[in-house]
Amino acid sequence: MTDAPLSETQVSAPAPSRIKRIWESDFMWSFRHAPVAIVSAIVVLVLVLAAVFAPLIAPFDPFNPATLNLMNGFTPPGEANAFTGDTFFLGTDDQGRDVFSTILYGMRISLFVGFSAVLLAMLIGVTLGLIAGYLGGWTESIIMRIADVQLTFPSILVAMLIFGIAKGVTPAEYRDQMAIWVLILAIGLSDWVQFARVVRGTTLVEKNKEYVQAAKLIGRSRFSIMLRHILPNVLNPVLVIATISLALAIIAEATLSFLGVGAPPTKPSLGTLIRIGQEFMFSGEWWILLFPAATLLALALSINLLGDWLRDALNPRLR
Amino acid sequence: MKKKTILAALLLATTAAGASAETLRWARAGDSLTLDPHAQNEGPTHTLAHQIYEPLIIRDHSGAFQAALATDWAPKEGDPNVWVFNLRQGVTYHDGSDFTAEDVVFSINRAQSENSAMKELLTSITEVRAVDDHTVEFVTNGPNPILPANLTNLFMMDKTWTEANNATAVQDIAGGETTFASTNTNGTGPFQVVSREPDVKTVLSANESYWGKDEFQLDVTEIVYTPIQNAATRVAALLSGEVDFIQDVPVQDLGRVADTAGLVVKTAPQNRVIFFGMNMGDEDIRNDNVEGKNPLADARVRKAMSMAINRDAIKKVVMREQSQPAGMIAPPFVNGWDADMDASSTTDVEGAKALMADAGYGDGFSIQLDCPNDRYVNDEGICQAAVGMLAQIGVTVNLNAQPKAQHFPLIQNDETDFYMLGWGVPTYDSEYIFNFLVHTRGEERGSWNGTGYSNPDLDAKIVSLASETDLEARNATINDIWTVVQEEALYVPIHHQVLNWGMTEKVGTEVSPEDDPKFKFFKMN
Amino acid sequence: MLAYIIRRVAQSALVLLVVGLVAFAMFRFVGDPIENMLGQERTMEDVERLRENLGLDQPFVVQYYKFLENAVQGNFGLSYRQGRPVADILLERLPATLELAFVSGLLALLGGIALGIFTAIRKRGVTANIIMTASLIGVSLPTFLIGILLIYVFSVELGWLPSFGRGQTVQIGGWSTGFLTQSGLQALVLPAITLGLYQMTLIMRLVRTEMLEVLRMDYIRFARARGIKDRAINFRHALKNTLVPVITITGLQLGSIIAFAIITETVFQWPGVGLLFINAVQFVDIPVMAAYLMMISVMFVSINLIVDMLYFAIDPRLRVDRTAGGH
Repeated sequence: MTDAPLSETQVSAPAPSRIKRIWESDFMWSFRHAPVAIVSAIVVLVLVLAAVFAPLIAPFDPFNPATLNLMNGFTPPGEANAFTGDTFFLGTDDQGRDVFSTILYGMRISLFVGFSAVLLAMLIGVTLGLIAGYLGGWTESIIMRIADVQLTFPSILVAMLIFGIAKGVTPAEYRDQMAIWVLILAIGLSDWVQFARVVRGTTLVEKNKEYVQAAKLIGRSRFSIMLRHILPNVLNPVLVIATISLALAIIAEATLSFLGVGAPPTKPSLGTLIRIGQEFMFSGEWWILLFPAATLLALALSINLLGDWLRDALNPRLR
Repeated sequence: MKKKTILAALLLATTAAGASAETLRWARAGDSLTLDPHAQNEGPTHTLAHQIYEPLIIRDHSGAFQAALATDWAPKEGDPNVWVFNLRQGVTYHDGSDFTAEDVVFSINRAQSENSAMKELLTSITEVRAVDDHTVEFVTNGPNPILPANLTNLFMMDKTWTEANNATAVQDIAGGETTFASTNTNGTGPFQVVSREPDVKTVLSANESYWGKDEFQLDVTEIVYTPIQNAATRVAALLSGEVDFIQDVPVQDLGRVADTAGLVVKTAPQNRVIFFGMNMGDEDIRNDNVEGKNPLADARVRKAMSMAINRDAIKKVVMREQSQPAGMIAPPFVNGWDADMDASSTTDVEGAKALMADAGYGDGFSIQLDCPNDRYVNDEGICQAAVGMLAQIGVTVNLNAQPKAQHFPLIQNDETDFYMLGWGVPTYDSEYIFNFLVHTRGEERGSWNGTGYSNPDLDAKIVSLASETDLEARNATINDIWTVVQEEALYVPIHHQVLNWGMTEKVGTEVSPEDDPKFKFFKMN
Repeated sequence: MLAYIIRRVAQSALVLLVVGLVAFAMFRFVGDPIENMLGQERTMEDVERLRENLGLDQPFVVQYYKFLENAVQGNFGLSYRQGRPVADILLERLPATLELAFVSGLLALLGGIALGIFTAIRKRGVTANIIMTASLIGVSLPTFLIGILLIYVFSVELGWLPSFGRGQTVQIGGWSTGFLTQSGLQALVLPAITLGLYQMTLIMRLVRTEMLEVLRMDYIRFARARGIKDRAINFRHALKNTLVPVITITGLQLGSIIAFAIITETVFQWPGVGLLFINAVQFVDIPVMAAYLMMISVMFVSINLIVDMLYFAIDPRLRVDRTAGGH
């Protein structure tokens, strides 16, 4: 909001000095002096990379049922299984899957669902927000009324509803493939309003500024004004909301798994792993719950902390 | 409104009385579906009904017959098509009216009526007549030697009470109907309903004028029944001493419960077998990737799939030793069960692959497995394990696990090609299994046969069982039918379930093989 | 004013119509009711007869109208699962959820405001920063896991608090309350914490942000310059100005508390409408699902409407942007 439009001034700068300028910018200065943000960023980066490169890192492919040996089930971390003699770094779960590999693959699904859902929400929200703010009139009324309707329903209900309807209309044979896409749709659709509201607010302010008026005068199209002049100005708050929404989306996915509308047990997400793991809380197989839960906590907490820092950093009034 | 005043009165009463009262706080995963004793043929519903209503004959906790509202019963001399039941005298309903032969006639007719879920157990009965106030004759369409076994969950209702309250028609549960009898009770049983909120809490108190007062233990004077769905919460409630008795201890928590001071786990084999069914009847099936033909129609494929399942591994890991690997879909309690057949399942991945190649599916195929996730012990875990085992022989399985309310309609409506099902046998006779699972799907029989299997010869033999009086010949026929079922690999048996009841030390009971505790037998130390 | 109210009420009615459409559509898409109602041995004749009885042979719009007509009268038909009127069941279960939501809301509000003030005043303090970070842990774990962990620690290991249900309840008129018995109050503790934790974090952060905004306003600076004590500034001036948006947001959050109660109620077997809804989903009990949706949306729309009206009454300028804070 406070930075001048970034695009034009920076694109023309030569590359080395550009990196330097970014490094020395207020933004990075704030980052370099926020140890919490640095640690969080590292954690998020490590986890995302681990998820992306899961097939290379993970010693097993838990999504390939043919490689599983049920007899490996419930092997404690680092100990050899009594029947097969195999050893697993973080132990195995109730199906004999290597917990470490399952977490990596599960995180892949959680992150994929989270990123896609936020992207969807952002796409819908930013587009509708821009349109509503810029065009005004009855278009704005309709969009903001829809947003109100959406707000009436808590996200989790919306998600369950979409899941229920999707289940009703998709043929049985596609149900297990569809679970992930329905999750994305459900979480994404329940989350766009925040984006729309903020973008609309900012747009209302920006569209009356002189440079927009000037652009209008020289005959730029509405579309181009929205895209090239207004959009860059809403990116900061959108980034903040997107970060926090990502953490929320990952948690929402976990919650939906608990309610029985999540990823299938044969291709578990982190949430599904926790749902399965909590069944073994009293029985002493702590590793089935602890490691996925700790991973989820580390991931969501780091993203939240980053978002927190981002909000303060991009809103200098609070510094 | 009335219920609420009773509840308020109870609150006062419990605080006032105390001392000699023994309250049993009982929890299990699910609740009874209705109080109408004929509207559902389902475990938890019957279990609650058994405390309130009574059949002519019950099974005790060892599974043996015990006289309830009938004192004795026998086929009529000279007419093999008639069973004579002598009724207990001096029995009254909770509202004080007398139990008579009229009520038996009325109740059986009601259980045979259109909406009843019990009518499949009574297909052989053509007429029920009251000879005098305490004698009833059941006329069957041919001799039926095992009739008594079909009556152990058939509850007796008061004709006058039911008629006066317009509840003669059985509640049409699927039609979303409510009747007086589905929310009110008037039985002869050892307990009566004090208050009930479905899915929340049901309170029962001892029936002071119960006929068996001096005959049975009857230590329990009050029952507080709370369904607790979430397994961890249910176990926590037992561990923290908030309930005295839970029926479904998750297998992984058995150790924890048994190791906790003051708690005991009691274990017994259950009269229930878990298996997979396959659609072999259709020309082509929807849920696979093979065009134009149905791989499951080939017995070699079905056998190969059975051979791929490692039942011992499932027992050891998924069930934590709480199961008994099965080779046939009859529990050992059942007449017709055969030790050799039940031991016939072998795990042989190489042999299975060879059979698959032989059948022309050397490269395997893919299919969807439909599975409940809240019905049987670790049902989802078993299915998941099966997915891995079938993958070893090239069968790629997509798992569709969902709540039972969504799973069972798939089987009933022929919408699944590969599914899990569990079967309990309340009659303790193979005929019950054949009628539901083997006979061609039709009007009277085969309603749970989702395999599409149809064998007229076998059907004729199954029908003949109902009227065969020569028990030896009947058993021979049963064995014949089982032989075909085994040869055809009609189902893939997995295991017989084992029951685990968790309770505090003060509760004394044996585990009943049908998972239906009858609290009048409970000792409270 | 009147024109605004009329427009707002009309909009709310429109929202309800849309929700009603969704609820009604569920009847059509989530399984065929005929399939649910008629058993195995149905004939085509039965199907036709039932279709006619239920009015399913009529055009969609007519059916929708009938559904709305019944819904307005509180008639949602009978629950497939319980065979009783859905409205009765909802009324029976509602007190449990409302009491839980009330206690959690209170907890979240009081705890959130106190912690929010603290972290705002001690902006750079170590404790405040620890609280800020720790509060994020609460929202970085799924609610169900927090609930189960609480049960494990406080019921199983320590044996202090009950793990399920409402304890002993007392019936006052049609309302069953757990507030009047010791076991009822004990039973409230763990579910209320589980449910309130998330909202508490939200409120805390909101209070902190608002406080910080207010504290750098000119009039606070002047007050400080005039030598008014910090305590007086913090509480008399800053807090007062902070509370208006906080209470509004909390009011709006009441709705999500009731919705999130679904999870808490499942974990603690709390006999409220959330548990009822989950059971309905598992049982495909569509009348209950539809009625629950309608009930929740009526509740939310009313809260929204009331908040808007209040805003309009207090300060029309605020109306446009009331939730645009993005918190």
